[in-house]
Amino acid sequence: MSCCGPEIDPEKAGPGRPANANDVVCCGSDCECESTLQAGDLDGKSRPWITGVLTAAAGTVPAVATRPSWTDRLGTWKVRWGFGRSTYAIPPGLYAIGAPGADAPVLVTANFKMSFDRVRWAMEGRSAWLLVLDTKGINVWCAAGKGNFGTDELVRRIEATRLGEIVSHRQLILPQLGAPGVAAHLVTKLTKFQVMFGPVRAEDLPAFLDAGLKATPEMRLIRFPLKERLILTPVELTGVFRHPIGLAFLGLWALKLLGLRFIPLDGLAFLGAILIGTVLVQILLPWVPGRAFALKGWILGAIWAIAVCALRGFPGASLGGWLAALSYVLILPALSAFLAMNFTGSSTFTSLSGVVKEMKYSVPAMIASAGLGIVALVAGFFV
Amino acid sequence: MPLRYLENVVTLAYDPEKCTGCGMCVAVCPHAVFVMEGKKAAITDKDLCMECGACLRNCPFEAISVRPGVGCAYALMMSQLKGREISSGD
Repeated sequence: MSCCGPEIDPEKAGPGRPANANDVVCCGSDCECESTLQAGDLDGKSRPWITGVLTAAAGTVPAVATRPSWTDRLGTWKVRWGFGRSTYAIPPGLYAIGAPGADAPVLVTANFKMSFDRVRWAMEGRSAWLLVLDTKGINVWCAAGKGNFGTDELVRRIEATRLGEIVSHRQLILPQLGAPGVAAHLVTKLTKFQVMFGPVRAEDLPAFLDAGLKATPEMRLIRFPLKERLILTPVELTGVFRHPIGLAFLGLWALKLLGLRFIPLDGLAFLGAILIGTVLVQILLPWVPGRAFALKGWILGAIWAIAVCALRGFPGASLGGWLAALSYVLILPALSAFLAMNFTGSSTFTSLSGVVKEMKYSVPAMIASAGLGIVALVAGFFV
Repeated sequence: MPLRYLENVVTLAYDPEKCTGCGMCVAVCPHAVFVMEGKKAAITDKDLCMECGACLRNCPFEAISVRPGVGCAYALMMSQLKGREISSGD
């Protein structure tokens, strides 16, 4: 007879939750039952970042690797290029970094795998508990804004993992960017756990911990340096071509290049406008004039439109040339402006009120500009 | 150079009368909009505020008000077009 009692539905077993009905921790040799958790897997799915299983007061807890593997790197790369972003998640619950005991710190993060990866890699060589909230696979800051990385989910997860039985202290360390969703004083009221907001960046966790849970002002500031703006551009760029309109553009351009010369599409001009609105504005963000992102996109787009006209010999002497030049200058900057405006959601400093105001002026302007440009373009066919 | 967005638009408001000096707003703001001045908090530069709502959420004394939201043009546009609230992940 199994020492562990009746088998539990593997769906219900998981990190921090007992693997069997009798609350007995299955430790191996003197027990006939098998833990539902084996090193390397979780809920039956193979997860190479699990290195083992820890036994804790309230069940078994998966121990996680603290160094990136090639599968981690590949996964991160794919997500950065826009593939599988909405499913790059791990099961929520409690995990172990290193060999945490009852007095080890408790770090909290989201179940978006990149958030989880950042924390465990930052904690190389250290021990801690890692409480992963169910944010539906979304990163800490976005989830906090939506309320998923929130007070309710944190309280739920503390109870579900029986954290109070696993640690002897009553302190949680949350990422600072979780604050829009988590009311520290309410969590304490509901769970007796104190919430300390740690640094913005996981990389600062060791310094934060070593300083006795003290953050420097720099650790509390979000910055948006070139490197971080650049890393967001692949998903902006591929986003255009993952949209039906972007795909149609590629299709038409391909057909034209393959011989259908009558297709009136200047593919290079449009590609340039797309690159400006999804990559160049992002790189040059602090240096392009204008506070509104749409204006920055428009300015760089206008420069490109003029350059393309020069390249194509417009306006030249004919009416047709003037109409063509007009259409370039009215359509291309509007496209770059639109794409640049869509970067507001990926930036770190745009307010909702500001975006509302920006859109109030730029959306009608972009529509009018593109509309007039199309009129000029069509008129050009009849000249 | 700190990146700046549109000025004089944010809905952030702060009532020093209600402030007890707990320092939570200073700890949670990712743009250092708040700073401790003596026993109370003070606003450094209101235009640095991005209306994330972290301060609103963590002031137990309701000294801060702001209309929290995500400064995302794409989400706003989609909400208009689809007639419902849209946010990241939709």
